[in-house]
Amino acid sequence: MAVTAHTKKAALTGNTAVAIAMKQINPDVYPAYPITPSTGIVEDFSGFVADGSVDTELITVESEHSAMSACIGASAAGARVMTATSSQGLALMWEMLYIASGMRLPIVIADVNRALSAPINIHCDHSDSMGARDAGWLQLYAETVQEAYDNVFMAMRIAENAKVMLPAMVCMDGFITSHAIENLDLLSDEEVRGFVGEYKGRNSLLDTDNPVTWGAMVLQDHYITFKHQQSEAMTRAKGVAAGVMKEFGEKFGRPYGLIDAYRLEDAEAAIVIMNSAAGTTKVVVDDLRKQGKKVGVLRLRLFRPFPFKEIADALRGVKVVAVLDRADSMNSFGGPLFNELRSALYDLDNRPKVMSRIYGLGGRDYKVKDAVEVFEELLNISKTGKIDTMTKYITL
Amino acid sequence: MAEHKKLPEGGVIEKGGTAHGYSTGGWRKLRPVVDLGKCTNCMICWVMCPDSAVIVQDGKMVGFDLEHCKGCGICAVECPDKVKAIKMNEEAD
Ligand code: SF4
Ligand code: SF4
Repeated sequence: MAVTAHTKKAALTGNTAVAIAMKQINPDVYPAYPITPSTGIVEDFSGFVADGSVDTELITVESEHSAMSACIGASAAGARVMTATSSQGLALMWEMLYIASGMRLPIVIADVNRALSAPINIHCDHSDSMGARDAGWLQLYAETVQEAYDNVFMAMRIAENAKVMLPAMVCMDGFITSHAIENLDLLSDEEVRGFVGEYKGRNSLLDTDNPVTWGAMVLQDHYITFKHQQSEAMTRAKGVAAGVMKEFGEKFGRPYGLIDAYRLEDAEAAIVIMNSAAGTTKVVVDDLRKQGKKVGVLRLRLFRPFPFKEIADALRGVKVVAVLDRADSMNSFGGPLFNELRSALYDLDNRPKVMSRIYGLGGRDYKVKDAVEVFEELLNISKTGKIDTMTKYITL
Repeated sequence: MAEHKKLPEGGVIEKGGTAHGYSTGGWRKLRPVVDLGKCTNCMICWVMCPDSAVIVQDGKMVGFDLEHCKGCGICAVECPDKVKAIKMNEEAD
């Protein structure tokens, strides 16, 4: 669906909303290789290119490995670069993801979260982006279509910040967010231009008067230094992200933070969860609160860098926590979010008890009753002080 | 450490031609040796060498830049059959 004109209010799928965000940013280069469920983004965006409503050079490539390679080449040439992918597509980009981050190229991609094969599955879970969590990319996650749309602009700003210069992945749930239509507020093109600004790439490959080399070999003498620089940039990204989110909220009236703490102030039990399933969990929290139960939700908007301090502050005082991962680390000790979050709480004086629950793999529904069951278990643990099963699958 | 922090972001080499100053010929196993008596200065080796390690002066092939030659042997193969002025010798010999 090609949207050529839009008003401030719109009802759009996540894919179309993200495609419109990309159109408003008007990137220089867009290497494109479609894959379900992110195809809609590439499809809509190619419509914008065909209609002449963007100045972007769309490169149709033969694989996602090539798509990321083209992103890297174009970004090293000084272009502002975007693309979209999912699942196996992101997996095929793997090798190049590390090159993009190691070369400090602020490429922004949308990852529409989808399960990894095998078995082949096209539906939502987070195993694709969670698998890429150590690739040196910033990762933002969205609960709603509105947030997915807004995150595109924020990701661009954080990635291109001179203190950061790292690629960013904007994640939303496959089908649940990418294909469901929600009402949202769009920014005007002027507002977007004012917020993201112009991008001036450094050391452009196309500047033949000042020739440079990108991607040279670096051995024992300096490799670790470049990785250290990259790691420090990732650390700085947290403060930059907080600033960008604050500025976005002040400018456009939609406040965002690194985390979204929902009714946690006096909570005894909390579920930590990411993306769309947080919405379902919040509904359950409201219901249980009406029954006098002190429950809350913590949702991470930023996963890379990992906001460990903010998480610890938000969960200080909570007695029991269940971390719900929509991906399994296959380490026989819970999901990736569980492990990092549990570590973030380690230094608290009175740290909560924390357990891991893996849910919703391959698009399995996570329903109100599932969240209710987890909260009941948590409240029971709060009484007995004893966790029976530290890690387990739910929604089976 | 302060010194290290000045290294260019992302490992970019910020000017051209820096390979001149970095010896990369160290892992060569075979060394090209030219018989200048046979050489006809056709420049095929100069064109084909992937490391620009064939040295040409005043339009004449004069030898190899062994700081950068990797010993791949392409020059020896490409030197015309009627001439065959380049031999690859074991570095160890
Ligand atoms: S051996 Fe290979 S690298 Fe060395 S001069 Fe011949 S072609 Fe060039
Ligand atoms: S290819 Fe052979 S004949 Fe031609 S310049 Fe090189 S060494 Fe001389």
